[in-house]
Amino acid sequence: MRRAFLIAVPYLWLLALFLVPFVIVLKISLSDAAIARPPYMPQFDWAEGIWAFLRELDFENFIFLTEDDLYWKAYLSSVRIAVVSTLLTLIVGYPIAYAMGRAPEEWRPTLMMLVILPFWTSFLIRVYAWMGILSNEGVLNQFLLWTGIISAPLTILNTPTAVYIGIVYTYLPFMILPIYAALDRLDGSLIEAAEDLGCSRVQAFWLVTIPLSRPGIIAGCFLVMIPVIGEFVIPSLLGGSGTLMIGKVLWEEFFSNRDWPVASAVAVVLLLILVIPIVLFQRNQQKQAEAEQ
Amino acid sequence: MNRLSWFNAVSLTLGFAFLYIPMIILIVYSFNESKLVTVWAGFSTKWYGELIRNEAFLNAAWVTLKVAVFSSTLATILGTMAAYVLVRGGRFLGRTLFSGMIYAPLVMPEVITGLALLLLFIGIGLDRGVLTIVLAHTTFSMCYVSVVVSSRLVTFDRSLEEAALDLGCSPAESFRLVTLPIIAPAVISGWLLAFTLSLDDLVIASFTSGPSATTLPIKIFSAVRLGVSPEINALSTIMIAIVTMGVITASLVTKRAMVRQKQEEQAAVRA
Amino acid sequence: MNTSVFAPWDDPGEKPLIQFRNVTKRFGEFTAIDNLSLDIFEKEFFALLGPSGCGKTTMMRMLAGFETPTEGQIMLAGQDIDPIPPNKRAVNMMFQSYALFPHLSVWENIAFGLRRDSMPKHDLEERVEAMLRLTRLEQFARRKPHQISGGQRQRVALARSLAKAPKLLLLDEPLGALDKKLRQDTQFELMDIQEKTGTTFVIVTHDQEEAMTVASRVAVMDQGQLMQVATPDRIYETPNSVYVADFIGDVNIIRGRARQNGGDGYHIDWAEGQEALTAASDNGFDTGQSCHLAIRPEKVAITAERPSDAANAVQGKVHDIAYLGNLSTYYVELPNGIIIKAQTANTRRISRRSYTWEDPVWLSWTATAGVLLAN
Repeated sequence: MRRAFLIAVPYLWLLALFLVPFVIVLKISLSDAAIARPPYMPQFDWAEGIWAFLRELDFENFIFLTEDDLYWKAYLSSVRIAVVSTLLTLIVGYPIAYAMGRAPEEWRPTLMMLVILPFWTSFLIRVYAWMGILSNEGVLNQFLLWTGIISAPLTILNTPTAVYIGIVYTYLPFMILPIYAALDRLDGSLIEAAEDLGCSRVQAFWLVTIPLSRPGIIAGCFLVMIPVIGEFVIPSLLGGSGTLMIGKVLWEEFFSNRDWPVASAVAVVLLLILVIPIVLFQRNQQKQAEAEQ
Repeated sequence: MNRLSWFNAVSLTLGFAFLYIPMIILIVYSFNESKLVTVWAGFSTKWYGELIRNEAFLNAAWVTLKVAVFSSTLATILGTMAAYVLVRGGRFLGRTLFSGMIYAPLVMPEVITGLALLLLFIGIGLDRGVLTIVLAHTTFSMCYVSVVVSSRLVTFDRSLEEAALDLGCSPAESFRLVTLPIIAPAVISGWLLAFTLSLDDLVIASFTSGPSATTLPIKIFSAVRLGVSPEINALSTIMIAIVTMGVITASLVTKRAMVRQKQEEQAAVRA
Repeated sequence: MNTSVFAPWDDPGEKPLIQFRNVTKRFGEFTAIDNLSLDIFEKEFFALLGPSGCGKTTMMRMLAGFETPTEGQIMLAGQDIDPIPPNKRAVNMMFQSYALFPHLSVWENIAFGLRRDSMPKHDLEERVEAMLRLTRLEQFARRKPHQISGGQRQRVALARSLAKAPKLLLLDEPLGALDKKLRQDTQFELMDIQEKTGTTFVIVTHDQEEAMTVASRVAVMDQGQLMQVATPDRIYETPNSVYVADFIGDVNIIRGRARQNGGDGYHIDWAEGQEALTAASDNGFDTGQSCHLAIRPEKVAITAERPSDAANAVQGKVHDIAYLGNLSTYYVELPNGIIIKAQTANTRRISRRSYTWEDPVWLSWTATAGVLLAN
């Protein structure tokens, strides 16, 4: 009895506030837009029954998504930005994680704290910090002009470059932490064994360190890539009108165009795109958990 | 192994410079006299003064705090229950669906979660305000809490609970007297995590808030969309300072507890 | 002398494979190795034995190239190996943790070192197969390290380090992770493989039985210094110090003062009102010099009556009996409170044991049974 209560409370909560909303999104994505409140047709009516509702369903919102090239361009560009920025984050994050793993034992808790600290500070503020740095009269341009490297200010803010910088900056801890965890577990005698068997330092790194930190690399890449695909704040603050990302399109579709059925259809398709990396990520985590046992 | 090679030293220096310089610049310019955030015109704290006099910001901060306290407390209770069910619950109908619903919100784009919850609230005719934001925040942050707590429960030695039962505790007593004190650090960090997630959230709050309840991130977002402003810098500085102090205090407390435990263990060995 | 006896250390013409020349190693303030010199010869199975922290692992890591001496030189086949990095040394190491690469199969682990030498594919395969045969691992070649047992992992580690046919193989506590029964079997296997391959083995261990079983010579270490380097039987029978006598096996130590007895031995005055003990010794002692008589328990006879012909005999009563199955150790308390251990083989059934608790007994031993030591 007590066990049933324990299971039921969080279960019902999640059903009501997580699963049911998704069913509603799916339903509305299959409805027509209407000038009404709420602005869509048909509204589900229990009295009429499910068949009446199903008869009126149509897929024209999804067909609309394929007809207007804004949408598929936005999806493509989101995926492209996510992949490129994940690689950039990996390139920036791996050396940091590696150096942390090699740092003296007594430094490591402090280094960990320094990586986690930005994660606790507001995401919005961290993105905002770059607005002041990257703008035409921002700190970076002032510095570069002062050193004489450039003679006219660079336009960085409101370009894809700014989006990449913002993503790498805000998602860096998500990349560093799993890689560091993998490297921290790495038995130092494995590197010594590789050197003992004739590897140079660099060979030992490629043949032993990299393969053994692979689960951490994969986890880090997914942790960055999955949320970046649906990212909204970074492209809207740093990307300007030139950067197309699906999270921003959904937001505008909803708040500016007030086209709820299309916004829902955009969400459904985005979810379908994300299913693949999410499943792959879960499998990687599971494999890792099994390997540890 | 004990000393850093130059390569590692350079990676650490550049890495942490990259992580921290933007925030330092942000803080420095919050003390700038000029309205233009990019031109240094002398030291001043006038933007902090403006901030304190800004009703809208203060109201938003109050709403945000209320939402964060309620939602993180609710999320901690629900998340701990969910974690206990996941780790100790055994088999029950729909267990896979349940664990799926725990893990999915962690990777779900906020725009989708926000949209879905909004459509639900409208569907059931719930007026948007503080209550809807609390419900929304509780839902996604309880998943974070349950992940944190269940990772502690997995390593928890089950024979401790069995010993409590053997010594005459009811299951509820064994949970309250044995399990809870041991997993308490994880529950506390779960609460802190939920609290910060709620404080930070812009997207879900934007979807689920109504005109009567504006949170601080929403306020900040609409302000910075128009460009950089020293007032926001001042606000950011205050928020960074609070978080930094919180994190440093937390890590000092845990470090001291660890050091003390180590000393006591050593003393016990010597005795 | 029989020429087939393997004893290159007694042959002045023999060139050592490894030479430590006044090697000192410091870690900050701590001196791990203190001005140590040592020769190890080709085809030897050399054991470094000592408690943890005695510096034995540091010696091994200096040979492998993971540490460099602070002072002094290490020569391998007459060449100073200090400037040679670990990956260029003809020395391989079997790690205590085995350090098997978890992402590679058994086969790939063994081939790892050979691939670094860019050995032709055909030769490499042949060599790996040969190593698998040598260590009886043929049917596990495709498995990953976590899919095989501890004993098998140990053999993979051995095969991997032997695959490159090193001049010298270092084994760091190679059997430490195995249970006792498996350890004994593996000891003989190690000796067998060492003989077959003719490789010089240097083994580090804290287990004296293991060192005594496998090694041609044993070096007993303490606090960064060599206490004694000798064959296992000499270490056991003629330890050169109380430390070595005490570290290897069980021993009774009786403190006293030496007094020349006119012959080739000494009388030892060891307790008020007790007859002096007699011991033969090659070591010289001044009269009145303090000394320690070390006697192994199995060399002490236990009888009910005083034996008539024994050089040394003392009376006491049985304080405790440790029954080990094949052996029994009697703890006999002398009138002055000293406890002496005597060990006898249980050739008879236990119900017919001759002595029991509180029985008065005589302990006796010959003049040559013990070793007289200065310190």
